[in-house]
This record gives sequence, C-alpha cells and structure tokens, in this order.
Amino acid sequence: MSKLGTLGARLHRGEIGYDFVGKRKIWYGISILITITAILGLTVRGLNMGIEFQGGAVFTTGKTSVSVTQAETFAQNSSGHDAVVQKLGNGGLRIQVAGIDTDKSDKIKDELAKDLNVNTESINADLVGPSWGDQIANKAWEGLAIFMVLVVIYLAIAFEWRMAVAALVALIHDITITVGIYALVGFEVTPGTVIGLLTILGYSLYDTVVVFDSLKEQTKDITKQTRYTYSEIADRSINGTLVRSINTTVVALLPVAGLLFIGGGVLGAGMLNDISLSLFVGLAAGAYSSIFIATPLVADLKEREPQMKALRKRVLAKRAQAAAKGEPLETEVSDVMLDDEPEDDAPMVVGPRNQPASRNRGRGRPSGKRR
Amino acid sequence: MAAPKKGRSASAQSRPGRSLAFILIAIAALTGGMFLSGHPTPRLGIDLAGGTSITLTAKNEPGQPNAINQTNMNTAVDIMNRRVNGLGVSEAEVQTQGSDNIIVNIPKGTNSKEAREQVGTTAKLYFRPVLATEVSGSAASASPSPSASSSSSSKATDKATEKATSSSSASPTASATSQGRAVTDALKADSTPSASSSASSSASPSASSSASPSASSSASASAAATKLQAQYTALDCTDKAQRARAGEGSKASDPTVACGKNSSGQWQKYVLGPAEVRGTDIKSASAVFDTQSAAGWKVTMEFTSGGSKKFADITGKLAKNQSPQNQFAIVLDGDVVSDPFVQQALTGGSAEISGSFDQTEAQSLANMLKYGSLPLDFKESSVTTVTAALGGEQLHAGLIAGAIGLGLVVIYLVVYYRGLSIIAIPSLLVSGALTYVIMALLGPTIGFALNLPAVCGAIVAIGITADSFIVFFERIRDEIREGRSLRPAVERAWPRARRTILVSDFVSFLAAAVLFIVTVGKVQGFAFTLGLTTVLDVVVVFFFTKPLMTLLARRKFYASGSKWSGLDPKALGAKPPLRRTRRPSAPVDPKEA
Repeated sequence: MSKLGTLGARLHRGEIGYDFVGKRKIWYGISILITITAILGLTVRGLNMGIEFQGGAVFTTGKTSVSVTQAETFAQNSSGHDAVVQKLGNGGLRIQVAGIDTDKSDKIKDELAKDLNVNTESINADLVGPSWGDQIANKAWEGLAIFMVLVVIYLAIAFEWRMAVAALVALIHDITITVGIYALVGFEVTPGTVIGLLTILGYSLYDTVVVFDSLKEQTKDITKQTRYTYSEIADRSINGTLVRSINTTVVALLPVAGLLFIGGGVLGAGMLNDISLSLFVGLAAGAYSSIFIATPLVADLKEREPQMKALRKRVLAKRAQAAAKGEPLETEVSDVMLDDEPEDDAPMVVGPRNQPASRNRGRGRPSGKRR
Repeated sequence: MAAPKKGRSASAQSRPGRSLAFILIAIAALTGGMFLSGHPTPRLGIDLAGGTSITLTAKNEPGQPNAINQTNMNTAVDIMNRRVNGLGVSEAEVQTQGSDNIIVNIPKGTNSKEAREQVGTTAKLYFRPVLATEVSGSAASASPSPSASSSSSSKATDKATEKATSSSSASPTASATSQGRAVTDALKADSTPSASSSASSSASPSASSSASPSASSSASASAAATKLQAQYTALDCTDKAQRARAGEGSKASDPTVACGKNSSGQWQKYVLGPAEVRGTDIKSASAVFDTQSAAGWKVTMEFTSGGSKKFADITGKLAKNQSPQNQFAIVLDGDVVSDPFVQQALTGGSAEISGSFDQTEAQSLANMLKYGSLPLDFKESSVTTVTAALGGEQLHAGLIAGAIGLGLVVIYLVVYYRGLSIIAIPSLLVSGALTYVIMALLGPTIGFALNLPAVCGAIVAIGITADSFIVFFERIRDEIREGRSLRPAVERAWPRARRTILVSDFVSFLAAAVLFIVTVGKVQGFAFTLGLTTVLDVVVVFFFTKPLMTLLARRKFYASGSKWSGLDPKALGAKPPLRRTRRPSAPVDPKEA
C-alpha cells in the first residue's frame, strides 16, 4: 500500500504526474491507429460469428469416452453438416453444428446419444434459428443507440455538451477496440459477447464520468484565476483520479478474470466465457479511453472557447511576465482555485533564484509538479 | 439524481447509528420475509435448473403488416399457456418478450418434446353441436346417484343430466326407444337421420355407414354414449386438472365433453357432437360494433366456400332443435370459447355471433376464429434444453468464479486499504446479502428467475459496488493529505464522493434500464441484475458505508491515523505545514503548457 499510497499522495500534490493532455496527440495517434487496425481487421478477417448468428445447434454432452475426431464424424453423419467438436474441462464434449434448423434437432440429438453411448437426457441442446442471434444483436444495437442518445442528453445537462461529445467518442472508441480485437484474434461472437459489450458501455461511461466529475469540480472558477489553463487543470483531474481509476479497474477485472479463467476453464466455451472475455477486453479498453481519450478531448474542445482562449492568453502573459521578472507570482492567485487545498508557502521559501525561463514555465503546470 | 439531497446527508452525518440500524433492520426484515414466503433461494432459470426453453418469434405475414401487436401477442400467450399447462406441466411459464417473441419455459422432468409440438403448432378449432350442457361444480352433486326417479330434480339445467343418468344405468339394454335421453338421442340423431344432410362434412365413418341403424352400430353408439356419459358426469370444470384432461384423446369425428366459461363467468360443462366445421373453414373473422341495433359488440365470420356449405347445414339442423341443442360450441383446443344459439339456417357464407361481448372479448374471439388458433404464425427461434446436471454445474462454476473473484477483491482491499477494509468488506457483504434476498423475493412476486447471464451480471457488479467506496476512500485520503484530521476529512469528502457516486451510478443504471426495456432473451436477465445491483449500491453506500465510516472515524484507532488503519497521514504523504522544500520534487518540464 505504501508505495501506491505515496504515489497517490504525490499525484495528488502534483509532485509527479503524467502530462496526459499535453501528450494527447500521441494518444490520439495511437487510438486512430488502433481504430484503423480494427476496421481493417473487421473488413479483411471479419468477425467469427457464433452458431447463434448462422443458425445451428450446440450440443453439450456429459462425460464420454468418445474422442473428438470420432465425435466429429458421428455428428457429421447424423446431421449432414460440418461439425466442430471441443473437449470440455469436465470430460464432456461440445459439438457445434451449423446450418441445421430447430426441426431436425431432436432427431440429431437422439442419434448423437446413440453414437456417443450416452443418455439422451444428458445431452443439452441449444438450437437457434438463423435469425435469433441477429435479433438479439439488432435489439442490442437498438438499445445501444437509445442509451447513447439518453446518455449524451444526460451528460450535456449534468456536465456540458463537450463532455458528452468526448464521452461518446470514448465509448465508440471502446466498442471499436473490442470489436477489432475480436476480429483480429478470431474469438467467437455470441449473444454472450453482445451482453459483455453492452456492459462495457455502461462501465466505460461510468469511468469517464468519474473523471469528468472531478474535472467539473476543479474548473468551477477557472476564469477567476490566471495560473492554469483549462488543459492543465484537466491534466490535474486525470492525475488526481488516477489511483482511483487503477483501483477500480483492478477491482472490476479481478472477478471478471475469475469468471474467465475459472468459470470458463471448468466448462469450456459457454456463456460465462463469452461474457467475461468481452468484459475483460472491454474493461481494459474502457479504462484506457477515459484517461487517454475522453479527458484530453474535452480539454481540446474547451480550449476552443473564446473564454478559455482568453484565459490561456492571460496565463501565458502572466507567466511571461513572471519569467521576465524572475519572480514566481502564483501565490497571489493560487487560492482562487482548488480552494480546498490549503495554501502552501513553500514557493516563498525556495522561490527566488535566478531561474532560467524553463523553471518558471514549469511552475504551475498541472503535471508541473507543484502548485 | 445529480443533485444530492442535503437533508439526508445531514442526518447521516449527525446520526450514523440510525442509518446503520435502519439498513440492518431492513435486511433482517427482508430476510425474514424471504423465509416466510417459503422461497429461501432465488428461483433458478431454465438454463440453471434444467429444462427446456423455447423462443417463438412471430412471423410477419404479407398483407398484414400490423398483425404483430400487443393484443395478438397476448392472445397467443393465453392460448399457449393453456396448451402447455394442458400437458399437466406445472410451473411452465409463457411470456412475451420484446415486441414479437414468446418465451416458453418448461421445467425439467416434463416431456419437452410433446410440449414443443403442442406449443408451436396450430391449434385445433372446431364448431361442434351442443348436446347437453350444465353449470359445472355445484350441480355435480345431483348426478352421482343413479336414481331412476328423474323427478327428484326440477332444475332445468339438470334435466339433461338426470335423464342421461337414468339412461346410463339402463344402458346395456339401450334401445332406440328410450326417449328423452340427451346423449344417446343426440348421438343417434347424428348417426341416423342427419347422415343424409351433414355427415359428409364431418367425414365420420360410423355416421355415414348406415342410413338405417343396425343393431351393432346402435350398440356401439350406446357403449360410447355410456363412456361419454360417465365422463360427463364425473367432469367438474372448476377443477383445473380435470379441465385440462376433459375430452383428451377424443377425435374430431367423435362426440366429446368439454368445459367453457359462460357469460356470467361460471364454468359450464358440455357434451358435444362431432365437429361439423373446422377452423380451417373460416376465411376471416372480425369484431364489429353493431351500430344499427345498438346490440353492442359482435363477431362476424366469413367462411370459405366449403365452410359455408357445412355451416349452412349445421345451422339449418340446429335451428330446428330445442335449447340447449340449438347451440353450437366453438371449441379451441378442447375448451369451449363460445356457445352461440342458432336462430336460423345461415346460408350466406357469413355469420355473426352476438352476445354481451365487450370490445376485448369480441376481438379476442374474432382473433381465435380468424387464425384458427394462434392469432399469429410463429416459428421457433431457439430451443434450449439443459439437463439439470449441466445447469447445476454451470451455476456451481459461476458461484466458484464469483467467490474467487470476491476473494481476490477482498485480498486487494485488505492489502491496499488495511483498516478501511473493515468498512469495505462488510459493505460488499451487505450488498451481496441484499442482492440475494431481493432476488429470492422477486422470484415469487414478479417471476424473476436467476439465469446464467444474471449470475454474470451479479459478479460484474462486485466491481461497481467496490468502486463506490474506492471513490469515497480516495476522497478521504485526499483530505487527509491536505493535512486534515480524520473526522472533518470524512465529512468534507462525503458530499464530493456522493455526487460522483450518484452521477456514475445513474449512468450505469440508465444503461441497465435501456437494455432491460429494449432487448430480448439472455440480455434481459443480465440487464435486470445490473440495474438491481446498481440501485442497491447506492443504498449500501448511503446507509451503510458512510454511517459506518462516520462511526469508525470517532474511534481512536482510525482517528489517530494508526499505521494499520489505512489512514496513516504519514504513509499517505500528508503534508504538515511548511514541511519541506519543494525543490527536489520539481523537475524541469521543458514542454510548453
């Protein structure tokens, strides 16, 4: 704890910090690269759609001694279609047959039971018509669209439209990354995946909203001071909530990892695995996007406002002036913002020295290690 | 939600004990309620308990773009419900999902194959002549005694039974001469004179075989009549199981017994003749409001050309009879849905049924007539059969995964937050307990069933619940880093943490709510759990975590910032005033601002 605790403390005081907003171009670049890769992967490789989207059946058997290749032959013989067979952790088999409709299933199930020498009752069958998966997916997209509209409205009211836009971009970004990874790695897309993806949306936004909340609070009286530009405060907010973001992501990922590696490991592929896999990918993407994309984007948008431009000019002018005098000036104005932090007299103690200009530019930067 | 209430925070601040007591009492009450309700575990969904789940999707038919609507879906659910539960299946549930899906869940241990066949197939709709009828249940006491004195009962409705009963006692020697015996008479009437007029339509071999009743046919008819009579006598329509079995196994071409509700809502039982007109003979039906005679709602029917001939025959025949034999029954899947009187032969190929319908009744009857059965065509979208063994295994794996995930979270919290984990872990436990109890209670009340996606949702929710106090704890630590002592730090941190928690939980809840309303199938159970746990998260943070924190902040262990409290100012790097110079920690950053 102590290490993270001190890290938290230093982040909090701005002693250390990463210049997220300043280096945003790098992260935008990386994200655009990821997005392009994702789109390329999607168009070239496409998604590996599960049986639910093509129509077909998944049979899960209990413990059986029949080998995978044997089972494949059996399944192909009884259904007349290609079958994919996997061994499960519990000694059972998972047999996927695409392209059969629900009418034929009972017959196939009976034949399989005979071939595999197991009781018909011990075979689970999951049969889906070709449009059922699509329907789930379509409804999910519909839900997603409605959710996005509502969330944008909510964020625009609770915060402001720029944050709503940035959150939306981050959200779309998360979906793209997740879908891209699915396309590139070739994980199977099932309704479980869709569920996982939908959860990510809530979670990604949740994460973003926490950072935005801190940002909103810190920029409340921003125009009344001349120490920091909006971008710098944005950076402070990210750094200030960084420990929380790390903790939350770790705490959220732990159960999902349990679900993925233990729950999924025991049963082989299945709903548990599908959901947890997309959650795992998506949670990581969500944490990334709220820090590296959403907040820098808000800062970017905000800096276009005339008010913020003016502020920036004032801040820079002040700094230039200070640099010219070689005097740090922030003590006069610093209590305007972040009023909850007690004033720190330290600058007066160490302050005046003939510093190079860079020293003073460094002062007052949010990531700039001091306040 | 974004605007937190001031009042509550004030009370939580000043009287933390009260909030704690409140939530503990609430948990105790809910748990008590859970045990009292007799459902101490959440109801398991088909995918965990084992069983068959069938999803039927309504098909859009060309030319009827608006056929898939709420009314038709509900009618279809009614009909399907009647069918699956007619199998003697207990607890089979049929419900609509989304705008055009019907889910039929059949628990393990029942014949799922039969159920599947029953549910999706088109229903059997017949028009059968009524041979006898009476209100079921109350009058049944009169029939068991086969006393020859038919005068013992003077009730009009009992007349048919009494006579029939006497006939049944005399049946071995039943001859064509015994008069006034409702069932046998009607049977004979059907097999002899009417053979010329309508037997061709019902295609009953025995009916068309003999124009003059031979001894054998009358003997078999009377034997059948005896059986029918016994059935009719024993039938008590107020009993659900009996209702489901009534007329079981009888062919369309044979007489049968059936139940139906009459206009005053009482169960009525019937003896019905062979089917004369079938559902397929009806071309269309609709509910119309009779504006001319102000008779209210009525149902009009159009028959196909074959159907109109059959209909003309039967109505011509029935119109001559006395009540109740001038009635015909519209039988859907063995249940009498309507029993209109016939006043005259209807030859025009169309007919109307009037009565004291209200709009819904008229429309529902019209729907049943029009579609022969289900108001819509359905196709199976998915069929899942899960053996209880695998379902249990999945639940087991899910629970183990959840427990391990929870364990990891606990370890992480203990390592990172030390003493604060005394607040964090009970918060998780309270949240978990509430979730469990409420899920168990929602089973019997709104039919909530815990399925696999819902288990996933609950496991994922651990993260969301944990996040709330992580936000709170980090805020407190920030305040301590500012050099505040614990108690003011807690009170200052709370309003800010509270806002963050509410805002982010609202987003989470919004996502769950939208998904729950819009989506179908497996996604819905997941969304429900997520929404439920999000709401509970807010409750737990407000009524448990915060008050507990306030209380513990008064303890010396925490207030003094003990090394193990997780709030050690030194470890957190709080700055004492004028603590040190800042030089070493202010590296030059050459980048532009």
